[in-house]
Formats: sequence, structure tokens, C-alpha cells
Amino acid sequence: MNVEQLYEFLKKTQEAKGYFFNGDTSRVFQLLEGLLDNRDRYGYMCCPCRLAANDRDWDRDIICPCAYREPDIAEYGSCYCGLYVSKEWNEAAIPHSYVKERRPPEKVFGRI
Amino acid sequence: MKEVKLYALSTCIHCKDTKEYLDKCGVDYECVNVDKLDGEQRRQLIEEIRKDNPGCAFPMLFIGPKVIIGFRKEEIKEALNLE
Repeated sequence: MNVEQLYEFLKKTQEAKGYFFNGDTSRVFQLLEGLLDNRDRYGYMCCPCRLAANDRDWDRDIICPCAYREPDIAEYGSCYCGLYVSKEWNEAAIPHSYVKERRPPEKVFGRI
Repeated sequence: MKEVKLYALSTCIHCKDTKEYLDKCGVDYECVNVDKLDGEQRRQLIEEIRKDNPGCAFPMLFIGPKVIIGFRKEEIKEALNLE
């Protein structure tokens, strides 16, 4: 699957669930390229903005869409990396604030 | 001139934002892509990162003694003494 195919596939499946791509398409494509890079090197598409452990089971919580997307979008209108946002975030109806890392530190340091 | 060092991930968009901002400001800095390291080198660096950045979030930027976690333009500007 190339980046355009990934874009089309995710747009269709995720928008149906109420998760929208960031309105900045250039950022979306950079993030999708990051997901494909991670797929190539780890074998799974983990969040481009997080350090992966190269262990699919351990990193299950950060395989995109990550386990933190739902609470992050509920609180900030955007997920941690900013690939997925709410409709209100895209319309600038809510502030674009910094999304704090929600992944517990023990998950990050567990498999160094 | 303060020493500027960036710990980043090669795929991270917030790290790219930080690099672009530092470049725009004409700042000389050293950048280490932590995801590109492996073995002992990676383990040692992550242990070091952990001291100031318990959540191991990226980008992690050192400007002199100050540590800035995440792309926070205003804090970077202030730490660099830019108007």
C-alpha cells in the first residue's frame, strides 16, 4: 500500500467513525509517510511521534490509531501526533493546544 | 552562544517543526535521531533522557541548561533570547 492508497483507505474508514484527518494535508502526508516508514522497519504502523520498542505486542497501544486517540480527541480535539482531529478542531472552533503524552512512562521504558 | 542539542525521532512531525523553527532562526544545533540508534548506545541515551524527560516525549531540546519537551515555540524563543 502506498501513501495515496493509505490516505484514501483511512480517510474513508476513519471519517465514518467521526475521526477526521488534520486539515493540513501536507502534515497528513508526512505523518502517513512516517507510518509507512515504521511499517517497513518494525512490521507495524506505530505512531510516528513515539519511540517504538520493535515489539508488536508491547507497542499495541501505539499502533495507529493509538489507544490514546479517543481520550486525546475528547480532551484536545486532536490526537498526540495530530493526524486525527475532530471536526471542531479543523474548523478552529476550539483552541489548538499542546497535546500531552498520555502513554504511561513504564510503557516507554519497559523495553529499552 | 548557548549550546543547542535536539533529541528527535526521524518520523516525528513535532520534531520536524522544531528543526524547521531552529533553522529559520539560524541556530546551530546538534540533532540525534534516537529511533536510529540501537543496542547499548540507544539504551544509554534513553536512560539519560529519562532523568529530565520521564515520559520520554519528543522532541527534547536542550538550550544551554534549559530543557524543552515538545515543540513549544514561545519557550524556544525565550530560551534563545530572540525577540
